[in-house]
Formats: sequence, C-alpha cells, structure tokens
Amino acid sequence: MKLAKLTQKDDLVQIRCKVNGDAYTGTVEPRTLLVYFLRDVLNLTGTHVGCDTGHCGACTVIMDGKTVKSCMVLAVQAEGASILTVEGLAKGENLHPIQEAFWENHGLQCGYCTPGMLMSSLFLLQRNPNPTDEEIRRGIDGNLCRCTGYVNIVKSIKAAAKKMRGVEVTA
Amino acid sequence: MRLHKKGLSTLTKLVREEPALWMGHPLKRKEDRRLLTGLGKFVDDIKLPGMAYAAILRSPYAHARILGIDVSKAERLEGVVCTLVGEEVAKLTDPFLQISSPPANKLKDYCLAVGKVHFAGEPVAAVVAETRSTAEDALELIDAEYEAVDHVLDAKEALKPGAPVIHEEVGSNVVFRGKWDYGDINAAMKQADKVVKKTLHFHRFSSTPIENNAVLAQYDKATGFLNVYSNNQMPMFCIPWVSFALKFPSNRIRMVTGDVGGGFGTKIISYPYIVLISLLAMRSGRPVKWIETRTEHLSAANHGNERMFEVEIPVKNDGTILGLKVKAWDDCGAYTRYEPAGATIWAQVTPGCYRFKNFQMEFLQVMTSKCPVGPNRGYSRMQHLWMIERSVDIVARELGLDPTEVRLKNFIRPEEMPYVTPSGGVYDGGNYPESLSRVLKLIDYWRWRKEQVEERKKGRLIGIGISTILDSGTNNFGQVKITNPENPFSGNSEGARISIDGLGGIQVALGTSPQGQGHETFASQVVADEFGVSPDQVTVLMGFDSAVNPYSHQSGAYASRCAVMGTGALLGAAKKVKEKAAKIAAHVLKADPESIEFKEGHAVDRDSGRKIPLWQIGNIAWVNNVLLPEGMEPGLVAIHFWRPDFGLPDEKWRLNQTLTYSYQSHAAVIEMDPETGKFKILKYAIVDDCGKQINPMIVEGQVHGAAAHGIGAAMYENFEYDEDGQLKSSTLVDYLVPTALEVPDLVTESMETPSLFAPKGIKGVGEGGGTPISAIANAVEDALTPYGVEISDSHQNPQRIYELIVKKRKKM
Repeated sequence: MKLAKLTQKDDLVQIRCKVNGDAYTGTVEPRTLLVYFLRDVLNLTGTHVGCDTGHCGACTVIMDGKTVKSCMVLAVQAEGASILTVEGLAKGENLHPIQEAFWENHGLQCGYCTPGMLMSSLFLLQRNPNPTDEEIRRGIDGNLCRCTGYVNIVKSIKAAAKKMRGVEVTA
Repeated sequence: MRLHKKGLSTLTKLVREEPALWMGHPLKRKEDRRLLTGLGKFVDDIKLPGMAYAAILRSPYAHARILGIDVSKAERLEGVVCTLVGEEVAKLTDPFLQISSPPANKLKDYCLAVGKVHFAGEPVAAVVAETRSTAEDALELIDAEYEAVDHVLDAKEALKPGAPVIHEEVGSNVVFRGKWDYGDINAAMKQADKVVKKTLHFHRFSSTPIENNAVLAQYDKATGFLNVYSNNQMPMFCIPWVSFALKFPSNRIRMVTGDVGGGFGTKIISYPYIVLISLLAMRSGRPVKWIETRTEHLSAANHGNERMFEVEIPVKNDGTILGLKVKAWDDCGAYTRYEPAGATIWAQVTPGCYRFKNFQMEFLQVMTSKCPVGPNRGYSRMQHLWMIERSVDIVARELGLDPTEVRLKNFIRPEEMPYVTPSGGVYDGGNYPESLSRVLKLIDYWRWRKEQVEERKKGRLIGIGISTILDSGTNNFGQVKITNPENPFSGNSEGARISIDGLGGIQVALGTSPQGQGHETFASQVVADEFGVSPDQVTVLMGFDSAVNPYSHQSGAYASRCAVMGTGALLGAAKKVKEKAAKIAAHVLKADPESIEFKEGHAVDRDSGRKIPLWQIGNIAWVNNVLLPEGMEPGLVAIHFWRPDFGLPDEKWRLNQTLTYSYQSHAAVIEMDPETGKFKILKYAIVDDCGKQINPMIVEGQVHGAAAHGIGAAMYENFEYDEDGQLKSSTLVDYLVPTALEVPDLVTESMETPSLFAPKGIKGVGEGGGTPISAIANAVEDALTPYGVEISDSHQNPQRIYELIVKKRKKM
C-alpha cells in the first residue's frame, strides 16, 4: 500500500505574477519557495540557491520594488506581485549599466553570487544614486561572495552609480 | 567567399586597434556576459527528461554502530522512486581506493556508511523521489537505529592507548608517521644563543564556495554510458575512484562540468557523492540530481586540515635563524579520502622564504570523529607557512628585534635563485626583500610604528602584522610516493586541443575545468598571440566534457596550476597547428615553411611579404585537400599534452614538489579593544609576485579573493565541535563567512619576476598561501604587547583573546 503524499494533488495552488514584465501562471505545492518557483517552474535559473538560512543572498530578487531573498519567501506570497530577476536586467543585447560595470571592473569570478549581488546593487542605487564605499558595503552585506573579497564589487557598484547618474566613466 | 572576406576585414580592423601582445593585457573576461545575465550553466540549471531527485539521510552521531535502517515506510510514500542503504552499497560497490601505506590503507570507505558511522553528518541512506521535497519528506520516514560508542575529537587523544578506534580494520587512528631530517638540527641547537620554543594550533575551516556540491547522473542503457554532470574540480582525476568503486568501465564514464560556483579545493573529494548518485541513477533507471544543502556542505563535505605544532627554533642574538625543529599532529577527520597527501604537501615550502638549512619535522597524521578533511585553498602549505611566519615573529619578540629585521636577515636572497631548499624544492626566482620593503612602504609601516607608540600612551592598542609567504603552484604528484611508494601517481600534465576549421575559425579545448578563474579568457589571450589574431577570434569551450575536451587524469583546476599547465599545453598545440599551417601556406605561396609567420589572421612569407588568410589554409586542410602538399594528412587540429620536468623523491624524501613558487607579502594594521578582545583592520596591503601575468585583472582578483579567505579564516570562520562531536557551526548563522562589512579594502601592488622554469615565465596564482592568517595573528600579538599576550592559535576569536588579556591582567 502506498502512503499518501504529504501534499495532496488538490492542495496545489495556482500562482499568478509578473516576472520581468511578463505575466506567468504556475501551479505549485503551497510549501514551494519562491526561488524554486522561479527556477523549476518558470525555468528562470539565473537566481541561485547557496544556503538554507537566508544568509548567502544568491537568491535575491526584487519583488514589488524591494529586495527579497527568494528562498525566504513562499511562492504563494508572490501572488499578484511584480518580480524582477537577473534575467530582466538587460534590454535585449544591451546590458544594464550595473552589469556593464561589474564586467568592466572584474566584479565577478565564478558568477554564482552575481545575480543576487546585481539585484541588491540595483536596489541600493535606486534609493541612493551616489553611495559612499561604506553605504555600498552596507547595501550588499546580505550577499556573500567568496571569490572577489568584495573589493571589485564595491568598485563596480561605484562605477555603476556613475553610469546611472550619467557621469562619463573611463574604466 | 564574400563571407570570408567580410569577416577578415573586420578582423584586420580589430587587430590594428589592439595591443601588440594580448599576454599581459587586462582583457575583460569572456565568461562574464552569460554569468551577468543569468545564463550561467551550473549543475542545478540542467534538467534532463524524466529526472528525479535524491536526498541523503545522515548520521546524528559522531561514532555509532548502525543497528538497522528500515526504509519500508519511506518506500511506500507516494512519489518515492527508490532507496539505498549502506549494506546494499557494500554489495554493489568496492570500497574507495586508498593512497595511505599499510595499515591505514585497509580503511574501508563507501559512499554510504556500512555497519558504523564515523562522524556526525556521514551519509547512511538515500532516497530518490519525483521531487526534491518528496525526497526530503521520505527521509523522515526512514527508521535508523544506532548504538552510540565512544568518539574522539582530538588528534593527540586519538593516539592514546585505549582511545576509540575510528576504523577497526586499520587497528589504530594513525594514518601516517614520517620524519624529515636535513642538515644537522642538533648542531644548530648547540650553536644557538637561544632556542625559542612554542606550541601552536591551526584551526579547522573551509573555503565554503557559494555553490554547494552537486551531481546529476544518468545511466544510458542504450549506450552503456554513465553520464555524470558535476561540479567536481578534478573530474578526470577522480575516475579511478569512481570506476573502481562502481566496478564500471572507465571508458564509458563521461564526466561533464559547466560553470562552477567556486571550488577552492573543497570540490575535489566529492567522488563519494558521484558514486552514490550514479548508483541511484542505475537503480532507478532515471537521471538523478542531488544538490547538497549548505548544512550538508558545512558538516560533511570537507574541512581544511587542523594541525598542532611543537616548534623549537635555534637562533643567534642578531636574529639569524639556524634551523627549525617541529613535531606536527595533523587531524584529518574520520576518513582519509585525499589524505595523506596533505602529510607531505607542506614540504613544497619546507623553509618558507628563509635560508636556514637545518630542519627536522616529525609528522603524524591522525583520524578523529570529525568531518574528513580535503584540499582547501593553500592546502597543507598554509598550515606549515602559518607556523613558520608565526615562529619568525615569536623569535623577533623574544630577541627584542623588529619582525621586519628578522625576516630581512633570514630571507633567501634574489641572487641565490634558483634556490634549492633542504627538501629539494627548487624556487624559480623571486625577490623576497623587495617584496617586503614594498609592502612596508605601501602600508607606511614606520609611520604606524611611531603612531603605535604614541597611541599606546593614550591607551589605544594598534597592532602591525606582516607576513611573507610562498604560494607554490603546479604540484608534482610524485610527493604522494613519500607516504606510499606504490602510489601510481607522479609529475603533472595537462592537455589542450587547438583547431582551425574550414572557415578559419579557431577553437580551443582544455582539460582545466575552471571554477571562476577565467580560463576561457586567458586561453584566448595565449592563443591569440600565437596566431596573430584577436581573442574574439578564438573560441574556448566552456567547462569540461571528457567526451569532447582533451584531458589527462591530472587535469583540473587545483594547486594554482592552470595558467602554467594550460599555457604549456596551449603553446604545444599551437606549435603543432602552426607547423602544419606553415607547410600548407608555404606550398601555396611556393615559399620556405621556415619563413612563414602568423599575423593579423594570415600566414605571411617573411621573405616575399606575400600572404594567405587562415581561412584559406583551413579550407585546404579540411575540404579542398587536393591542394595539400603531397602526402600530407588532411585536417588542421592538434592535441598537446604538456608536463613539467619533475622527479621522484630520493631516499631522504627530497624532490621538487612543485614547479612555480609565487610569493606574497602582506601587512595588516589593526586596532584592538582590550575590553572585548574584538579588533578591526584599519589598513591592509599586499604585494604579490606571480611571475609574468597573462591577465593582470584576473591576477588581482585572485589576490583579493585569497586575501579575503585568509581574513575570514583568521577572524571569523571556525569549525568547532561540542563534546558530543556535533558541529557547532553547521549553518551560515554560526559559520561566519565575512560580508563586505568585514573584508577591508585591500591595497595591492604587483611585481613580475619571471619564473625560471615555467612557460613564458608564468607562475601559478590563486591560493595566496593563507597569508592573512599569519599577518593578522602577528598583528594581534603586536597590539597586545603591553599585556604580553602570546598568540598560539590561528583563529583570533575575541572571546579567547579577552580571556588571555584577563589572565595577564591578573598577573600584572
């Protein structure tokens, strides 16, 4: 005799939300985390998982204008929300100024933390277009990186701030 | 043909605006566009049709007999595909290959615990289910019964008679016992004005990449192939472990890696998981994916080697170090895996940067009931170099000299290069005194020394710590013959393939399987220079696929080897392709092949100035072969395997254990709060020298990353066990990976002393030798000079520092 699955089929819930401007509908178990909804249901695999306690920040996305760690949010909480992931930063072939700045300043190595780092950087620069080094470091203190020692990430975000303010940048 | 001409005019335009040589140019990385746009290809991003998910049940005990594991309830859960327990593994597989000498090599290591668990977190059973969550649910339905037995958590305790034996088949907890003895340490002791003695401890930590271990295995019944997608750092080195354990033919195991989210050594010993997930794929008939959780990674992937030292240093009053006598106890945890390699690898850098000739080391490697160890950024040398750099500062303090003075007095001089160390290492060039003086200038050392005195009067504690360390790269596997002469490994090798296709496209494949070090970029730069093209014209395959990439079984990204080994292989392959292309060009141009050179996308006859484009040579080689010189084989592709000139250990275990010896000087200024034991870094400076640099931007990034790991290890990261053998830091809540607020700004400067032996004068870079761990320990002790506190641990835990201060205060 088969034991009943902990979640019954009729317990599945439908989620409707906007991701990177596109409307999506998906069906998930109620316990599904937003990050797995994005990765496994919507196939947006740019958002990464690096821990199970909300500390590494690799899964950071912007939900209704605020950064969230998508491993700390249930998919059902995203019902009706508008979400921005790393896949939504570039416009076609044109990279977002933050992406350009990370590229030009070697702000990434293995690239695993990068999607979350980019989203936290964007959130920071939207609120504070001209941050000091200290403010940048505070802005990304929820995102762990093990490759760069953060030096070039701070440099990248400073360069991105300049780009976004329209200041001429010589990399 | 119009297409080609159009392509070529763009190429010519590009070339004119570009540097004369791509080597040495801070070229933006080729990997970055995909990684910045969320298109990276990590294992968890792969989905195969019919894929199922695995979850692993782990031991809650540090040491216990397994009385029974009942999976029947788990198997009845809807959505569960299959289960696996240790007893079945013992029937289906052979224990993993051991590289220790007898009796330690009798140890039986399987991908699931058989009969007994040896550390908390050891895998005991696995479940495959339709979804990740169902697999995890099923773990809760497994009834595992244990009988706890005594465990041991300390290497010295584990050696005592009557101590619990981790593996009964070995008979004791000893893995390796060896003695290195060079010069005459006893004579040095007699000549000495003073013998400085100290007991030191190097703590457990690990580089903990943000991407955990991951395996996706698929057994293809139709072809009989086992396809393994993983983020292992040495996928082809682990083939013997996987093939022997699974009793599965090596020529039908296909190993694939893509983008890898950091490795730092910790992804070298993931082969038990490769075997486990492969078994589950075979049993279930489904592709099976397993993604390690962070807690699994911290508690059971691998830790760095923990080591205790008893050091005796004979010195003269002027600061001359006459020798070093050391006893070391290395704690390698519950299984040996890559060990006892670490028991010999420290000897790559026996004397550090110093000239003393008298050296004695008694080294003991011991098993305990803790997570097994594995290579970790600066593997085994980091512990040894920390001990040396700490010792040098202790000598300075005891003699009342400045630590810089003692270093300058004892450094190997640039004119002594290449320098042969007591254990046969051959240092390939460098200027340690200059490196040190540069870092002192960079941090403004003498100003800080003055300020320190002034500030002390006001009750403010400033500490200045320096350290100069070797960052050896490209290991000689011959070193594992020290622990067991039967080990079938020596030297090092790497493969590269270069092809110019029928349309002139240059494609490169390497065996190096990167984890963020930018191999696509550096290889493009090296090959671009060889063919006189832009790196944009060179495509380097991403990741590694044993069915596609050339490889040796020593391929992989480890031991700071890829720039050197990869370049050696690339230059060899380029030479072969160019020789053939030159013959074809000479045939067309009716010229001498010797006078053909490659520039701006053409083969040019130096004598006449006449030229033909690469695409035309490719066209003749691949699809227009009637035009080939008589008797020439069609095609324009070459594979080259490169190996450095390495030897085997002699009767005194002397050998050159590594090809290149980069070095770094670090200087840290800290401020200590004696009321809490907490301190902060005020300034941090680094001077690195890794020989000729292919891409200075990538080199600087490696220097930053290695420094951040060392700072994290020195100040925050620590694997501590409670008395029950439970890891106290098994999540990122307790295991403190430094954030952007903890890592200070790093001021860096580079020197470029070419390697005397490696291709193009390149030296390996990346590991950084764990330099901050000693620089910070030295700074902490320096700050606490007024209290006379001595630092004997590599982890600067504020609580422990505070306790040391309180103890001294009581005596004051």
